[in-house]
Amino acid sequence: MFWTFLTSTIKFSTLFLYGSVGETITEKSGHLNLGIPGIMCLGAIGGCYGVRSYIDSLGSLSQMSGFAVVLVGMICAFLFAALGGMIFSFFTVTLRCNQNITGLTITTFGVALNSLMLSKIDKTGFYEAGRLFSKGIVDANTTDGLVKVLFSQSALVYIAIAIAIITAIVIKRTRVGLNLRAVGENPATADAAGISVGKYRYLATLIGSGIAGFGGLFFIMDYLTGNIEYGIDTYGWLAVALVIFTIWKPNWAILGSIIFAALYRAPSYLNIGFTEREVIKMLPYIVTVLVLIITSIFGRKSVQPPAALGTTYFREER
Amino acid sequence: MTYKQYQIGGNSVEKTVAIELRGITKTFGDVVANKNVDLDVYEGEILSILGENGSGKTTLMNMIAGIYFPDAGHIYINGEEVVIKSPKDAFAHKIGMIHQHFKLVDTFSAADNIILGEKCPKFDLKEEKAKLVEAHRAENEAYENYDEAEHPGPLAYMAKPKFHPEKETKRKLALMPLVGIGRRIKFNWLAKKRADVVQDIANRFGFKIDLKKKIYDMSVSEKQTVEIIKVLYRGADILILDEPTAVLTPQEIDKLFDVLRNMKAAGKSIIIITHKLNEVMAISDRVAVLRKGEHIATVNTSETNEQELTEMMVGKKVSLNIDRAEPHDVKNRLVVSGLSAVDADGVKVLDDISFEARSGEILGIAGIAGSGQRQLLEAIAGLYKVKDGTITYFDPAKDDAPVDLRSKTPVQIRDLGVRLSFVPEDRLGMGLVGNMDLIDNMMLRSYRKGFMFLDRKSPKKLAETIVEELEVVTPSTHTAVRKLSGGNVQKVLVGREIAASPSVLMAAYPVRGLDINSSYTIYNLLNEQKEKGVAVIFVGEDLDVLIELCDRILVICAGKVTGVVDGRRAIKEQIGLLMTKTAGDVDENQMSIDDLHDTNNDEGGEAL
Repeated sequence: MFWTFLTSTIKFSTLFLYGSVGETITEKSGHLNLGIPGIMCLGAIGGCYGVRSYIDSLGSLSQMSGFAVVLVGMICAFLFAALGGMIFSFFTVTLRCNQNITGLTITTFGVALNSLMLSKIDKTGFYEAGRLFSKGIVDANTTDGLVKVLFSQSALVYIAIAIAIITAIVIKRTRVGLNLRAVGENPATADAAGISVGKYRYLATLIGSGIAGFGGLFFIMDYLTGNIEYGIDTYGWLAVALVIFTIWKPNWAILGSIIFAALYRAPSYLNIGFTEREVIKMLPYIVTVLVLIITSIFGRKSVQPPAALGTTYFREER
Repeated sequence: MTYKQYQIGGNSVEKTVAIELRGITKTFGDVVANKNVDLDVYEGEILSILGENGSGKTTLMNMIAGIYFPDAGHIYINGEEVVIKSPKDAFAHKIGMIHQHFKLVDTFSAADNIILGEKCPKFDLKEEKAKLVEAHRAENEAYENYDEAEHPGPLAYMAKPKFHPEKETKRKLALMPLVGIGRRIKFNWLAKKRADVVQDIANRFGFKIDLKKKIYDMSVSEKQTVEIIKVLYRGADILILDEPTAVLTPQEIDKLFDVLRNMKAAGKSIIIITHKLNEVMAISDRVAVLRKGEHIATVNTSETNEQELTEMMVGKKVSLNIDRAEPHDVKNRLVVSGLSAVDADGVKVLDDISFEARSGEILGIAGIAGSGQRQLLEAIAGLYKVKDGTITYFDPAKDDAPVDLRSKTPVQIRDLGVRLSFVPEDRLGMGLVGNMDLIDNMMLRSYRKGFMFLDRKSPKKLAETIVEELEVVTPSTHTAVRKLSGGNVQKVLVGREIAASPSVLMAAYPVRGLDINSSYTIYNLLNEQKEKGVAVIFVGEDLDVLIELCDRILVICAGKVTGVVDGRRAIKEQIGLLMTKTAGDVDENQMSIDDLHDTNNDEGGEAL
């Protein structure tokens, strides 16, 4: 029972992890992208259409290759979600619009587009594709214990953790990370140091959105094994909250997302009533508020959000 | 001190021109910031750029540093025409600028700030491949020739060279293009020892500073040092400093000037923007004067004087002396005693401060920036929480009846009939609302008047009076205050505060960033108020002005009063010493100040 709970928690946490790692990369550049829920929806749309066209290109469902379907799904999800990031950056960097408004608009747009485009899609073969997506190294039904927790996960789970670790290292230890942090902390300084603020913001938002898009793909294809009936946006907001919860550290997001997922999943494993269940589901949000309060009261400078978060930058501003 | 002589137009001393500006013009909307400016900077000289506010000094320098792009004109560096489109281009031409507002990332260490944006060596695939093959070949050879007998001992195997099989070399060569791509998108590792490398260079330049410290832990002068090291580290030959002394103590200024002289001796060209004439005279070889965006003249410092420079700058004769009337009818108006306050972190920002402000007197407050001046004035104005002590106001309308002001809100203070005016340091934050026009800003003081609807007539009249009397340069009274230049913003603010006919007028750095002409307008306004019997409290940073303007000067250091000196007898060094005095040795320093008086001042000063 416990191992099943842990396995499904880690699986579920992947959804948050993609969203929050993507958003962390974006926020490190000073872009507060509140469009993440919408962008995860865009990722889901892209993934679904990618898988659809892959299935259509095959003669029969039995020809479907696990590797190819995951790869096609990921590429399409990334491109589609990055397009959302592109729109965001175009508005905030090139046109210098307000980031909050742009972000919220993209969320509204993405969520609506999600229900529009996925209501028409042909679902034949999605269940089979979903089975391939969620396939682990070992079969979850026949194993138990730590082996089940560690090795029955699907490819996208491992990829999420790898992306989180790589992102953390890149941000902290490489020159591109240093430049990115400088752009998010003080764009005027970065600019005076010869770093192109616009380029970094565009790229960080594009890549961050693409990674968040994997979350959408994962949710539909892997977690729900091809079921397209459910929306992602509520989980998208949790991913944004998770960024604050993990104080802008992608490696901490691995643990943070598991905690969030555990709080979200626990009610199904506990024998409690409806009210209690909903209260427990609220906990991630409450914990996030508490983290905000604690970091702002006792916070050292190093655990604060990027100083220029949410601001637009224009060099010749007077 | 001796200065090199240059003959302009003649050829007594041959000097290489480092940078040449020809016909530079820049406009912002309707405002012409620079108009047809020609300027030469030589190698190994210090050039001062002098000019009033809004004369386009900073704009001109920003164009050299790549922050702004000129609308017209040419820039030549070492005789060749260049186009500087961004700060990156400026680096490429070895131009470094230290901005008035430091461009540092607070949460980074000083070392990281210095290496930020630094150019990485180019990755040449062919060369790197050859290097790898060579390195492996050398190591393999060493392996072949290694004689174990020569290296006895239990840990000998550790010293043994490595052997690279051909397979390994091939694999590494195949991976090389990937490494190249990584380098191109700047995935280079930041070395753990990067701070030490930068530290070494700083030490070699002769700077004493810990570069591992985070910027937010640093003092203003330390931050400035980091900026200078940053520019030097980038290998700049042309150094631009925008008002570098504005935030430094006299001692720190001397240190900075020593650094600048050393750099000049090393052949670097230094351009320094400053308002302070005495600094121009002390440090520069030549002075370029700008007025209203135009280049008026460039003169040798040794052939000019302060009076002449001022006239060039403002275009008309200005008296550099402040008329200081003898105070009359002096009465205690505001008495502060034992005032203490703590900031959000529980650190004491005001520590047992006692003083009295008297009617018909200007009380100066001197101190290094951030010594508690802001908190002191805000505490009096009812904006900062007081922990201990009393603030008593003696109401002239009620026969000097005492009124307790401690822990009252500004509205309560006003309702008590206390006529207190406050010109805060942060003009567009606390004083005025940038996006509102002049009239609306006047209304910030009178919005409670009128029945149901706001009274807009009298504020309009007031705004018009201020514009007229204080010569505020503005298109109309409906212009957003944000769009005015610093000096005009200040005139509007001071004008409004004076219009409330205060009995206590507090002004924090009212001339910060203002040119000489505007500054003197402000000084005269303060003097007028003093003669009307107002108790004026003036927080200043220029000690010369404090000494000339104030009747008494209160010196504070780290939230403590370190002395009160008579403005007529004070000397700069004495105040400078009081400003930097550390807590605990007050008495000891008091003695040394008396000594100073004996040697420097025939009349001898007295600490009041």
